[in-house]
Amino acid sequence: MIDLGVTIKDLYLKNPVMTASGTFGYGEEFTDFFDIARLGGIFVKGTTGAHREGNAYPRMAETPMGMLNAVGLQNKGVDYFISDIYPRIKDIDTHFIVNVSGSTVEEYIEVASKLNELDKIPAIELNISCPNVKEGGMAFGTSCHSASTVTKAIREVYKKTLIVKLSPNVTNIAEMAVAVEAAGADSVSLINTLLGMAIDAERKRPLLSTITGGLSGPAVKPIALRMVWQVSKAVKIPVIGMGGIMTATDAIEFLLCGATAIQIGTANFIDPAVSVKIIDGIEDYLRRHRHNSVYDIIGGLR
Amino acid sequence: MKKFIHDMLVVGRRNINTHYYILELKAPDVLPEIIPGQFVQVEIKGNKNVFLRRPISIHDINTEENTIKLLIQKLGEGTNTLSHIKSGEKLNIIYPLGNWFSKPHEDNLLLVGGGCGIAPLLYLSRYLSERNYKVTTLIGGASKGDIIEPDEYRKYGDVFITTMDGSLGERGLVTEHSLFKAKKFEYSMVYTCGPLAMMKAISRFAVLHGKPCEVSLENMMACGIGACLCCVVETRHGNKCTCTEGPIYNSKELVGWI
Ligand SMILES: Cc1cc2nc3c(=O)[nH]c(=O)nc-3n(C[C@H](O)[C@H](O)[C@H](O)COP(=O)(O)OP(=O)(O)OC[C@H]3O[C@@H](n4cnc5c(N)ncnc54)[C@H](O)[C@@H]3O)c2cc1C
Ligand SMILES: Cc1cc2nc3c(=O)[nH]c(=O)nc-3n(C[C@H](O)[C@H](O)[C@H](O)COP(=O)(O)O)c2cc1C
Ligand code: FES
Repeated sequence: MIDLGVTIKDLYLKNPVMTASGTFGYGEEFTDFFDIARLGGIFVKGTTGAHREGNAYPRMAETPMGMLNAVGLQNKGVDYFISDIYPRIKDIDTHFIVNVSGSTVEEYIEVASKLNELDKIPAIELNISCPNVKEGGMAFGTSCHSASTVTKAIREVYKKTLIVKLSPNVTNIAEMAVAVEAAGADSVSLINTLLGMAIDAERKRPLLSTITGGLSGPAVKPIALRMVWQVSKAVKIPVIGMGGIMTATDAIEFLLCGATAIQIGTANFIDPAVSVKIIDGIEDYLRRHRHNSVYDIIGGLR
Repeated sequence: MKKFIHDMLVVGRRNINTHYYILELKAPDVLPEIIPGQFVQVEIKGNKNVFLRRPISIHDINTEENTIKLLIQKLGEGTNTLSHIKSGEKLNIIYPLGNWFSKPHEDNLLLVGGGCGIAPLLYLSRYLSERNYKVTTLIGGASKGDIIEPDEYRKYGDVFITTMDGSLGERGLVTEHSLFKAKKFEYSMVYTCGPLAMMKAISRFAVLHGKPCEVSLENMMACGIGACLCCVVETRHGNKCTCTEGPIYNSKELVGWI
């Protein structure tokens, strides 16, 4: 028997494969393609205090082996999530983890306190790394002081598993991880998108309405792997790795670099059923290498 | 409507001319229900510059053969690479996606297509004519090479043509066709797909005459299934995803259209 289960603080995941915020809707968009209850967890779209319309179109540009996005946290707000979405998803047999965003510390607190009351939401992912909003977002995640301040404030109101999502747009990501660990985070997830830009030379114009946007997909994988490796050496709390994972082999590389679990983002757009293939692929790998548990390969880089 | 990921068998590829081609794809199973206006997300293999799928309208379907047709314009890397696919090869698609053209309330319908924008209108004209509606199709393009298979539409009703250079039909823009200059605009509803400026002009004309106009948008997409929120258009009820709440909109819904 191969045991795919892992734990993030008190949160038991039946396998280490989860889907990344903003790339998997509320899971419902994918039920035609596979049984989403097979996933270790689902991170839902960035949720803010009030309804947000997000940025103007165009919000997306394809780039070599990846894409830029500038969605800008379009969502209907936490109250809508609680009244309309939560009842639909709460009985699905996987963990729904809400990605929490805001422009001010007060807004983060408001969203986290409301989510703390929901029985079937076992964890939140604090998004202090969104590059696509004018205020808040990444601004909180690029200095140790502000990352620590917002993490502390949320730790006081949020009693369940608190995951803090780190921005790669910093000089030293390990320092950031250490700062949020000290501030009470139960886990860190990384990486959010890398700030990037694409232009149309013929028209001499940027391709995104916001000029800059967040880069994701296979193009970012080497950076993400490096950062997961650095962070997992620097902190004791479990690390959730992501960035460019397209195949089971990619996922295994993150586990070897020290991630306890992984998230799949952009790959869902190319193959909506990719995450089950990755679950099966990890199991296959463990069997081939004669391991009984995922823990046998976590941090197993020689 | 349930969506499928299918490895379709390429049973035909026909070049219309150097700019356009038609692919005929056979499903591995019974074709799901497909309504005019819906589209597929095509996976493009063999070009390292193409990462995402490409959205393409369903040009027509054949429920006896379980095939669909795609009419594609060679625009950039993806559509050029796809033009080399051969009969017998497999093509992975996600379908059927998006909403559809709505059923008309009255008879006498006008379909207006510009260039490759004609793609979703062939199935629509057949669908409407099979349901005993009177259909008229107006096709516009830069030159006669951009007027793709007008005889196909003639099977279902009258066809009018305009080209910018006058090489086929009336000379000028689609919106300058004599049909729009008649004393009375006799159609009860307009369906259009093509360049944005053309669709906006058609929509303004229809609305001015008190007739509804449905437009098919071609926003840039990543997922095509409502997960990424990249494909939004601003409507009177906020941003909506073109891949799930579109690509077909009543033009009155769209901000800045009338
Ligand atoms: C719902 C829907 C249905 C469509 N149906 C058809 C169809 O039936 N037949 C068909 O030929 N095409 C159709 N298109 C358009 C088609 O998806 C694009 O032409 C295709 O994605 C271009 O890919 P490419 O790799 O060839 O070009 P790229 O190399 O990606 O692009 C070439 C150039 O075109 C621009 N461009 C690409 N896509 C778009 C876009 N959607 N809007 C504006 N500019 C763009 C790029 O910025 C670039 O400058 C449809 C689009 C949508 C959203
Ligand atoms: C379209 C899109 C929307 C995203 N929205 C969010 C979001 O709301 N909150 C967040 O924390 N990360 C968001 N992300 C970042 C992803 O969750 C993930 O961190 C990033 O894409 C890297 O993983 P990938 O390369 O597997 O996609 C988004 C990414 C994409 C592509
Ligand atoms: S393309 Fe992803 S939501 Fe429409």
